[in-house]
Amino acid sequence: MSGALLEVKDVKKHFPIKRGLMSKNAGCIKAVDGVSFSVHKGETLGLVGESGCGKSTTGRLVLRLLEPTSGEVLFEDKNIYRLSFNQMRQLRRDMQIIFQDPYASLNPRLTVEDIIIEPLVIHGIGDSHSRRQRVKEMLDLVGLSSYHGSRYPHEFSGGQRQRIGIARALALNPKLIVCDEPVSALDVSIQSQVLNLLMQLQDMLKLTYIFIAHGLNVVKHVSDRVGVMYLGKIVEIADSEELYRNAMHPYSQALLSAVPVPDPEIKRERIILTGDVPSPANPPTGCRFHTRCPQCMDICRLEEPALRPVSDKYMVACHKYQ
Amino acid sequence: MSSTGSEIAVKPQGTAQRTKTRELWRRLKKDKFAVAGGIVLLTVIILGIAAPLLTSYNPYDAVLDQRLLPPGTGGHLLGTDQMGRDLLTRLFYGARISVMVGFVAVAIALFFGIIVGLFAGYYGGLVDTIFMRGIDILMAFPYVLLAIAIIAALGPGLFQAMIAIAIVGIPYYARIVRGTVLSLREKEFVEAEKALGAGNLRIIFKHILPNTMAPIIVAATLDVGWMIIAAAGLSFLGLGAQPPTAEWGVMLSEGRNFLRVAPWVSIFPGLCIFIVVLSLNLLGDGLRDALDPRLKE
Repeated sequence: MSGALLEVKDVKKHFPIKRGLMSKNAGCIKAVDGVSFSVHKGETLGLVGESGCGKSTTGRLVLRLLEPTSGEVLFEDKNIYRLSFNQMRQLRRDMQIIFQDPYASLNPRLTVEDIIIEPLVIHGIGDSHSRRQRVKEMLDLVGLSSYHGSRYPHEFSGGQRQRIGIARALALNPKLIVCDEPVSALDVSIQSQVLNLLMQLQDMLKLTYIFIAHGLNVVKHVSDRVGVMYLGKIVEIADSEELYRNAMHPYSQALLSAVPVPDPEIKRERIILTGDVPSPANPPTGCRFHTRCPQCMDICRLEEPALRPVSDKYMVACHKYQ
Repeated sequence: MSSTGSEIAVKPQGTAQRTKTRELWRRLKKDKFAVAGGIVLLTVIILGIAAPLLTSYNPYDAVLDQRLLPPGTGGHLLGTDQMGRDLLTRLFYGARISVMVGFVAVAIALFFGIIVGLFAGYYGGLVDTIFMRGIDILMAFPYVLLAIAIIAALGPGLFQAMIAIAIVGIPYYARIVRGTVLSLREKEFVEAEKALGAGNLRIIFKHILPNTMAPIIVAATLDVGWMIIAAAGLSFLGLGAQPPTAEWGVMLSEGRNFLRVAPWVSIFPGLCIFIVVLSLNLLGDGLRDALDPRLKE
């Protein structure tokens, strides 16, 4: 696909389970088991799914913070897993991450200025004067004041800390930012502020986001396209509007029916899934969702459905549509 | 962004840039016990350094007709020992050795302990296994036995005793550091550094090391006292500083033969050790609180 900033091709990450004195291999957790998608310049791809479905692992694989078991990630047509440490280091200027927990993502021993200056120092950009200037710009950009620079992270609220994290990620002028549940740890009132900030910054700086979240309304608000993940796989990926209006995969339908509606008068049909998510160490045969699927057919138990396009921009992995 | 106004609750205060050391000092000052400990320690160090100016006696001059004089007699404020040497003078000179031994031994132990702990904890796997099994071997021996074994190999003497207790101390620091590093390396700010392209050494020394400092500094300050006692103990056993060196452990040991007739010969060196160790403990506790940014204000 041309024009894609990022292309993820069949990436897998299996974590080995070590057991016993001799670290015997006792199987593996298939956290991400063959994920493919692409992200175009300037768009936001949302990734949703319940806890443990591999969203965050996917985010880290995209940035090569984890080494994959197999597969490739093309960033501007370069396979990042083939790059040497130094080439990767150069590339890291272009891809950054914003973390979920603003309390753990900032070094408590550094001042805010030192935290935001860090990327510039690592990449040897500018001298000390211009770096400090850049820190001021960044603080200003994310809605903090320059006098905040001499403070330590613990002197800030969660929302302010998240802004500091955003400032750090932006300091190198990246093209792609992986937002790993950037608002899940924040108060609802602060969530919208941070989301609006992220969207403003996207417009201003032409950023591309991969937005990982489990709050569906949050993802709907920010995403152009959305991928739904279940047990280490993408089951459905489509334009945000369309997916929210007319989800095709039974899992997505169930997820969407769980979104609360502000009007108590509206009666909706809710699809309540039974049972738990199966263990990623031993996923079900056939379709991974068949154990909980309300529309399960015989073929679902035997054969794994591939992610296939049903229309121009709509892809779904379900036997119902194949 | 206008919507941020309500969120920024912290108001600017003062234009002066507060440096980190000044900040630490300001907070340490609030802790009365730590200040007292610091003052006592400083006094002991100054007394040790200025010893020749403070007393007209020579710590090694035996005056045999003035043996075992009680405190306050014959111009000797704390009396004399079994060789007629002025006890106060010997205590001043002893401060040099005892305090120095404590600090140097801790510095050596810290250096190696931190290096081992940082690398073992950060890299994990084989590096961790090799380093920590070595540390386990050291820890398997009772510390006095280990120190004695090392001195047996190196020969008795003050310097050898210092090396011996430093080696005994390495495992404790290595363990403290490794434990802290194990939890730190999983923190998101370390991952953020990797995402920014920082090398391992930068992450280890700039981001992980400072976050292990609080427990290390506290342990180290408390251990200076322990090491002073250990060095004095080895000297007491005849394995460290040798008579007639004016060292508190040696003095304690020499005085024990006269404990009934002249208890002051042993009591005063013992008191000195006690006071120095106590003040180090108070200072260590105060430092721990002052270094913890979460206890700020």
